Amino acid sequence: MATTSPPGVGLAKGLAVTIKHLFRYPSTQMYPKQRPDLPPRTRGVIALMDENCTVCMLCARECPDWCIYIDSHKETVPPAKEGGRARTRNVLDRFAIDFSLCMYCGICVEVCPFDALWWSPEFEYAEFQIDDLLHEKERLREWMDTVPPPPMLEEGAVPPAEAADAIAKKEKELEAEAAKQAEVTAPPAEAAAAPAEAKPRTADVKVEGAGEIDQETYDRLIAEGKSERIARSKAKSAWVRKQKEKLAAEQEAATAEERGGDEAAAAKPKAAEVHVEAGEIDQETYDQLIAEGKSERMARAKAKAAYVRKQRAKLAADAEAGAEDGGSEAGGGAPEASTPAEPADADEPKPKPADVHVEGAGEIDQETYDQLIAEGKSERIARSKAKAAWVRKQKQKLIDEGGDA
Amino acid sequence: MMDLVFSTAITFVGQATSITTFDSYALSVVVKIAFALGLFFVVPLIGGYLEHKVMGRMQARRGPVEAGPFGTLQLVADGIKFIQKEDVIPRAADKWVFAAAPGVALVPGMLIFLVLPIGPGVFALDLELGLFYALAISSVSVLGIMMGGWASANKFALLGGLRAGGQLIAYELPLILAAIAVAVQAGTLSLVGIVEAQATFTLPGTTINVWYLFPQFLGFAIFFLAAMAELSRPPFDMPIADSELVFGYMTEYTGIKFAMYLLTEYGGMIVMSALMVVLYLGGWQLLPGVPLPGCEGTGGLFDCDPMGTLLGVVITIGKIMALVFLMVWARVAYPRLREDQLQRFAWLALIPLALLNLALVGVAKVVF
Ligand code: SF4
Ligand code: SF4
Repeated sequence: MATTSPPGVGLAKGLAVTIKHLFRYPSTQMYPKQRPDLPPRTRGVIALMDENCTVCMLCARECPDWCIYIDSHKETVPPAKEGGRARTRNVLDRFAIDFSLCMYCGICVEVCPFDALWWSPEFEYAEFQIDDLLHEKERLREWMDTVPPPPMLEEGAVPPAEAADAIAKKEKELEAEAAKQAEVTAPPAEAAAAPAEAKPRTADVKVEGAGEIDQETYDRLIAEGKSERIARSKAKSAWVRKQKEKLAAEQEAATAEERGGDEAAAAKPKAAEVHVEAGEIDQETYDQLIAEGKSERMARAKAKAAYVRKQRAKLAADAEAGAEDGGSEAGGGAPEASTPAEPADADEPKPKPADVHVEGAGEIDQETYDQLIAEGKSERIARSKAKAAWVRKQKQKLIDEGGDA
Repeated sequence: MMDLVFSTAITFVGQATSITTFDSYALSVVVKIAFALGLFFVVPLIGGYLEHKVMGRMQARRGPVEAGPFGTLQLVADGIKFIQKEDVIPRAADKWVFAAAPGVALVPGMLIFLVLPIGPGVFALDLELGLFYALAISSVSVLGIMMGGWASANKFALLGGLRAGGQLIAYELPLILAAIAVAVQAGTLSLVGIVEAQATFTLPGTTINVWYLFPQFLGFAIFFLAAMAELSRPPFDMPIADSELVFGYMTEYTGIKFAMYLLTEYGGMIVMSALMVVLYLGGWQLLPGVPLPGCEGTGGLFDCDPMGTLLGVVITIGKIMALVFLMVWARVAYPRLREDQLQRFAWLALIPLALLNLALVGVAKVVF
């Protein structure tokens, strides 16, 4: 007997626990009457972004239940250049997931290398006939509208490669400048030696040699009774942090200028992250769709998507306004809360951009094409890039229109 | 010879007047039967609803909410559902025994309601041997359970039935020994008589009126535990033990027969609680020494006007539900015991204690 308490105490404890629960509010969610409070990354249904799918078959092969059905055919694409080799391309004919077999393991979503499969939190697709649980391509595409935007990066997370590169580039410029200045004003000290090796991902300002500290932080910590050593080291890191923020803010402004036009506009909204609470919808869109005779479920899903779009546009606008303020503040030397709007996954395809099929027509963006040719790029490369530019612009246009609607 | 039988039979019927007795014999019979059946079908539903709700809340759920206001009609809905279900009899089963078993378990449960007094004059019969009758009839139920276990032709059912047999024999003893102690103290076996005796029982040398709960707390504890085991209620539900034996002797039962077993269990819960109320908790007396308003007679508990009668019924039902709540509470709080622990507990703890209790009460009865 491992028990150390006198006999009966355990029995009394058991009774006490249960009686306490009797007077607690039950945690039941009254589901059909009350929408469940689902976390945004809930695994409700799998959505397919079919234009991203390259028919690589990874998902179908990895699925433990073998419940993904894919059919495709090969199409020959005529050579881009006279005398070139004709290419073949897979075209998706059928993509179906049998949700009566699926066990929601998420392996297919994980394994897809082209971001064609996504989790959506929608879960109300019960059917009276088991066959109806086989969702074909079109149905899977519809779920795409209900996919929430990807989550915001955590504070202090390693920034995405694109952002890190941009920061590193700007940093180099700044350091080169600083080195130049140091040469002019002061005898070459450690500060000048640093820039050469600086090439990390985050805006990393070398401060060890000089030992600059953030006076404000230092004073505060000392006032709080921290030891001199701790205060100094913390103030030092605070200084580095502030420097980084400043650099990042400047960088952000610079890249916005550099990119100009579409790309900058495309990059901005990405930064603004929207978490959709269960049931928040755009009433206008909802009413309109219902009026058009769409099903309640579809209307809700689309209205949700519209809500997300609007929220994002709004936040993007806010962020832009904030970035301007942040810039001036950064100049003043006290950048506090203005976290640099992350360019984040700027170039990554968003779940929702309006899909534009362009392969057949082969439209290109003439401007880009001319420019690339002028730069001496090969005809093939210029054409493909111009094509991509056209698609990008088209999508942007559609998104803008969608946002306005 | 017949004269002797009749005269003996007559003495079995007690003197207390019941509101279900009329001048016409036929009318009396009908009313009495209707009364007992009504009790049997209504009070267990209240107990079952209480169990659903209390269990739900103790497990951070709500319990039934949809059927009827606040889910009160859930058990009625369940009953309708059971009636609609297919009545499956396994091919290997002993058909007649299989079909009769739920009835054999259920009918004794109904018969006990004939003698349960739930208010002043609110009972069908006041038998001189009421307590004996109640305990004797309640042990017949085990027959139905063992029949079901045997006739199912299923190893889980058979094991469940055997466990039920062993358990009921083991716990019948302490239960009866505890009840005998009360009968000894009250000097009567009539359930109404025991209520009356409690209303007039005072602590020796004083005028403080107490229920038998006070002098016989040990007996009450034994009776309560033994009753839970008799009813196969968790934590003593080894005959059912759904995690080991599927559903014990009920494994093969479906539909209405299954419902009959369940009803037997709930009815048993009410019967045992009602017996405890009568034996230890003063029947329909609100508090010891407090007469019911509108009542005269012994201890202010008999010969009541309609108001007092109604109040008495409400008090009894309230006490029964309080005991049901205790049983549910224990069910939620404790995991199931092991079969051998259960047997050891009965034979090595409860029975000696019950004998001790009986001896003490006997000595006290002679001394005071
Ligand atoms: S989530 Fe479903 S479809 Fe995807 S891999 Fe798992 S079982 Fe297959
Ligand atoms: S893994 Fe992705 S790209 Fe490959 S076939 Fe599946 S959905 Fe298409």
